[in-house]
Amino acid sequence: MSAPPPAPQPGPQSGPQPAPAPRRAFGMRLLVLIPALWLALFFVAPFLIVLKISLSQTVIAQPPYAPVLDPAGGLPALREFVAGLSLDNYALLVTDALYVTSYLRSLAMAAGSTLLLLLIGYPIAYGIARSPRRIQPVLVIAVFLPFLTAFLIRIYAWVNILQREGLLNEVLLALGLVREPLALLSTDAAIVIGLVYSYLPFMVLPLYASLERMDDSLLEAAADLGCPAWKAFWLVTVPLSMPGVTAGALLCFIPIVGEFVVPDLLGGSGAMMIGQTLWVEFFSNKDWPVASALAVALLAILLAPIVIHQHLQSRTLGGG
Amino acid sequence: MRRGPSVFNVTAVALGLAFLYLPIVILVIYSFNASRLVTVWGGWSVRWYVALWNDTAMLEAAWISLRIAALSATVATVLGTLAAVALVRAGRFRGRAVFSAMVYAPLVMPEVITGLSLLLLFVAVDLDRGFWTVTIAHTTLTLCFVTVVVQARLLSFDRSLEEAAMDLGCPPLKTFFVITLPLIFPAIAAGWLLAFTLSLDDLVIASFTTGPGASTLPIRIYSEVRLGVKPQINAICTIMIALVALIVVVAALLAKRSELAPARQVARGA
Repeated sequence: MSAPPPAPQPGPQSGPQPAPAPRRAFGMRLLVLIPALWLALFFVAPFLIVLKISLSQTVIAQPPYAPVLDPAGGLPALREFVAGLSLDNYALLVTDALYVTSYLRSLAMAAGSTLLLLLIGYPIAYGIARSPRRIQPVLVIAVFLPFLTAFLIRIYAWVNILQREGLLNEVLLALGLVREPLALLSTDAAIVIGLVYSYLPFMVLPLYASLERMDDSLLEAAADLGCPAWKAFWLVTVPLSMPGVTAGALLCFIPIVGEFVVPDLLGGSGAMMIGQTLWVEFFSNKDWPVASALAVALLAILLAPIVIHQHLQSRTLGGG
Repeated sequence: MRRGPSVFNVTAVALGLAFLYLPIVILVIYSFNASRLVTVWGGWSVRWYVALWNDTAMLEAAWISLRIAALSATVATVLGTLAAVALVRAGRFRGRAVFSAMVYAPLVMPEVITGLSLLLLFVAVDLDRGFWTVTIAHTTLTLCFVTVVVQARLLSFDRSLEEAAMDLGCPPLKTFFVITLPLIFPAIAAGWLLAFTLSLDDLVIASFTTGPGASTLPIRIYSEVRLGVKPQINAICTIMIALVALIVVVAALLAKRSELAPARQVARGA
């Protein structure tokens, strides 16, 4: 996904267009309506339900939460329903150390791996932007391609590599770097490797998009004025690539906080990230209200980065 | 004058690509390993492919996954393209901010949240969980990816062709189908491909929204992997990688052709 050049946005109708204008406007409204309805029904409405269930109590029944709204009951039923809602689940979230550490751990893991992704991704993106124009699209596709080959498979591939009798240990032993196999799998290091590995394309591509757009003459001007290359890089290239840095960091950080597959397959059985905690509450403990409360709290934590990402996204893709 | 890449630049790119591809290459090689032990090399063999062929549960899961992926990608492509056209062409309509927020949010939304909320919706409306609920969930997830890809294309192409057609009296709807659609088709195809592979790949959302009798391939693979590494998994993964690689090559060739198309038109016009 190479970024499009920021095209000038003509208004809805550029130039006078007398006759077809009203029909077109109607068609456009219809155009918005269909995907909007789909998303309202399957993306927004579900959140309201999660919010409602997070305020409910767990019961052993079908569905496993109470109260259940009975629309036929009219106003008294509604009043009773509202009275049945409580903030108990949120109180549990704040007081139980298990949940609090889970959130903190997720945020720390996400922050650490995003930083590492930035350090690894920047030289790669910079290298691609510096390579001959002809081969740049090929390199971009090459970075993006692994993203298309099943996430689960790529994480699973790391199980092969990191396990005790795995390839990495074999190589390290053969090189004489270690005396006995290291315990790599089921550690935090394994999780970070897995996260960096699976999110690298999301970091490299936005960085590349901002570096590629950069005007080389600025660096030349700096060089002409006697600025050493490293200083020019720091004073010119890095500030100009900040939009890419922000976009890449958010695109990695937000989903990593809620990540489930990577910590589950590569991590140990000890401390859990919040995605795992939610999964366990839902699938093992069958506690739907607590799982819902966990989801709502997670969303609240991620709200600020999501809003910033939205803002950036609509700015790069024009309009807005 | 552009500065050429330095040794450092070349090394960074080479190491980056090696990091991205080595695990996949290793996985493919080990799928042909004769040894039962995943870590011991026992010579070349296709025995795990034979074992996979007899693993009906796995094959059935693969078939379900392919059907869900094809169906949800198709619906997502239609909806996502509509959303992209609306965002680029409808100008400033009322509710645009809300609309674009709805379109972009699923891009970064943690999957556990999307999965849980969709499941609770399906339970609330008492919809039987299985093939259709996963398809709906995947359509919702992948729609926004299609929108982003198509939107990028719509923003970068020359509108004068459309304007010319309309100046010559072509109605807007016909203009869209005759001029716009062929021009953005490569992006639509790329969007479909992306949606297809995302659906084929998804474990978390499918786990939440599926029901009895509709285990997708990732769900199946995940439950096997949790029990320990199994050589058949390497084999099915290799097949999936080959499938995706094939689709990507075809898509790249299509894109190349369509990239040349405008150049040809210009040449013809000159």
